[in-house]
Amino acid sequence: MSKITIPLGPQHPALKEPENFMLVLEGEQISGATVNLGYNHRGMEKAAEERTYIQDLYLIERVCGICSHSHTTCYITNVEELAKAETPKRALAIRALFGELERVHSHLLWLGVAGYEMGFETLFMYTWRDREQVLDCLELLSGNRVHYSINTLGGVRRDITAEQKAEVLKRIQYLKERTNYYIKLATEEPTVLARTQNVGKLPLDVAIERGAVGPTARASGLARDVRKDEPYLIYNELDFKVITHDSCDVFGRLVVRALELVESYKMIEQILNNLPEGPIAVKVPMRIAPGEAVNHYEAPRGEDIHYLKSNGTDKPERLKVRAPTLANLQSVAYMLEGGWLADVPLVIAAIDPCMSCTDRAAVWDPKKGKTQVYGWEELRKMSIEQYRRRGVDFTRL
Amino acid sequence: MESILPLAYIIVFPGFLFLAVYGLLLQWVDRKLCAVMQNRMGPPWFQPYADFIKLLAKEVIVPDYAESRMFRALPFFAMAAVMTALVSIPVWTPGALFSFQGDLIAVIYLLTIPTVTFFLAGWSSTSPYSTVGSMRVLTQLFAYEVPLMLALIGPAILAGSWSVSEISAFFAAHPSLIPAQLLGFGAALIALQGKLERLPFDIPHAKNEIVGGQFTEYSGRLLDFFLLAVDMELVVGAALVNAVFLGGTLGLAGLAGVGVFLVKTLFITFLLALLKVLMARIRIEQMINFCWKYLAPVAMAQVAFDIFLKSKLG
Repeated sequence: MSKITIPLGPQHPALKEPENFMLVLEGEQISGATVNLGYNHRGMEKAAEERTYIQDLYLIERVCGICSHSHTTCYITNVEELAKAETPKRALAIRALFGELERVHSHLLWLGVAGYEMGFETLFMYTWRDREQVLDCLELLSGNRVHYSINTLGGVRRDITAEQKAEVLKRIQYLKERTNYYIKLATEEPTVLARTQNVGKLPLDVAIERGAVGPTARASGLARDVRKDEPYLIYNELDFKVITHDSCDVFGRLVVRALELVESYKMIEQILNNLPEGPIAVKVPMRIAPGEAVNHYEAPRGEDIHYLKSNGTDKPERLKVRAPTLANLQSVAYMLEGGWLADVPLVIAAIDPCMSCTDRAAVWDPKKGKTQVYGWEELRKMSIEQYRRRGVDFTRL
Repeated sequence: MESILPLAYIIVFPGFLFLAVYGLLLQWVDRKLCAVMQNRMGPPWFQPYADFIKLLAKEVIVPDYAESRMFRALPFFAMAAVMTALVSIPVWTPGALFSFQGDLIAVIYLLTIPTVTFFLAGWSSTSPYSTVGSMRVLTQLFAYEVPLMLALIGPAILAGSWSVSEISAFFAAHPSLIPAQLLGFGAALIALQGKLERLPFDIPHAKNEIVGGQFTEYSGRLLDFFLLAVDMELVVGAALVNAVFLGGTLGLAGLAGVGVFLVKTLFITFLLALLKVLMARIRIEQMINFCWKYLAPVAMAQVAFDIFLKSKLG
């Protein structure tokens, strides 16, 4: 049978964000796959250098719509480390609480997306309905559903009252019951099993070699979790298990995420029932002495790494974000090859990709068929030229 | 007057107008049922009609590389074949409008034509998504067509006739035999779900995989008529299953017959909607396995049982 090449993206119903996969098909089976990025570059790292540390907080929160708390927490840990600030214990606990609530919201969202990608719309509707419960919790605690803005330099912005605690615990109880139902459904429904088992295989050695992180790595039997390996916030005081699965396929990723939900509920209850007393924030100076810091954080999708360099002013010298999706994308091309076309959306969705976190400016030229990475100077020159063609002169800026 | 009547049958009832209006209504019923089962609001009753009218007004774009004449004619072929099939299926009377020995075979053939037009539509659009979609249409046709035919043969053997009207009259006269057709009824419903390309068998136009499948390049009123043909096929398919397995109008005629017809087709739509919300979409190779390993033997068992029953009844 002759080969045909099918573009999946940048505009495609299976993708929530622009990215491109070129698939070479032999009938229904894939004989080659390439991943092309660069449709969603926003220049945030550069923008961060132009803003003060406190303004950056709001910028970093918008790196991603779903792991917004992960990115700010990672960033703020760096800032506090450089400023040598002693963050109160209560603030750390509240940050951990938001981190876990965010994980619940992200994993429930993923469960729905996975259902949608395998054509199981009922699962999609049910999980997203239940996800409203955790979004309501977040709104109750922080006033916001998506960008919680709970972090501030030296602590958190809002305290938790006894009424809020009772309300959140009530909703978590409901979510626990629902999650048990989803676990039952995912492991027993024959069509779900048919679509997920032995799909998108990623053996343990390949997962290590390609640097997979988060649930993708854990579903390949790799017990890698920053919360256990190098506990931050108050995770060393919490009782939880690192969930792994050794099936190395989409089914394993489904089970890992579903069981992680249960662990997160456990942690939320532990944190809420043992909230340390004390203040929720300390003062941090505006100007931060020169230095460098690197921190990592277990975001819902995997390990998120932030590097920060300060230069004694109130603005950072350099900020670098390595989002988990970038680490996991290397594995996607491996997982796609030799699979079925019908499984492509599910395999891509199974790493829970978040392109807005990930994208860097890389330009793929379809005529030449090669990829070129542009630096700041070139991008600046190109944009000045583009505006000059429209009659606006930005040369002096 | 006599010369106008057949024309009225074809254009108004149970022909084009009835099929179009009822087909769109069934589409709404199906969507609303799914929505309720999935804990959603669902569309208002006029949504399918509004969509139909809106699409009529939209621009038609024919791809440069497509075979233009065929590309434009195919939706009408699909619709015409579906409408012709209804002529031989009883709707509001015990007998069909034009019934003859062997019309069951003719109806099955006429219902295959829309599927073939879907394939040709995708193939003549020449875009990658449509090509993959049309290949899947054909592959799927080979999966469900044989179980569907086998399932329909069982009642025909029992009734001793190849005419849809006579089969339905037979079951109306012997309602106690209807429950004995349960296996075949189930197999026919599942195969019908495949024929209508609905979840879990909407593989040819699975939107997460190949965007619009065979219809990717279609737009405006051409797409509109294709979608209408699919809705009409739902009515005709439900009417066929009703006539062959459930005894048609149960011997009633006139308004009572129409009432029985509507209630039974709505019931069949409910069963199809139930299938739709219960499962995830399966892969094409899994569908072929399922249809040949499980569905065809079940239909065969029904045929064998019917032959046995026939020899007992004499």
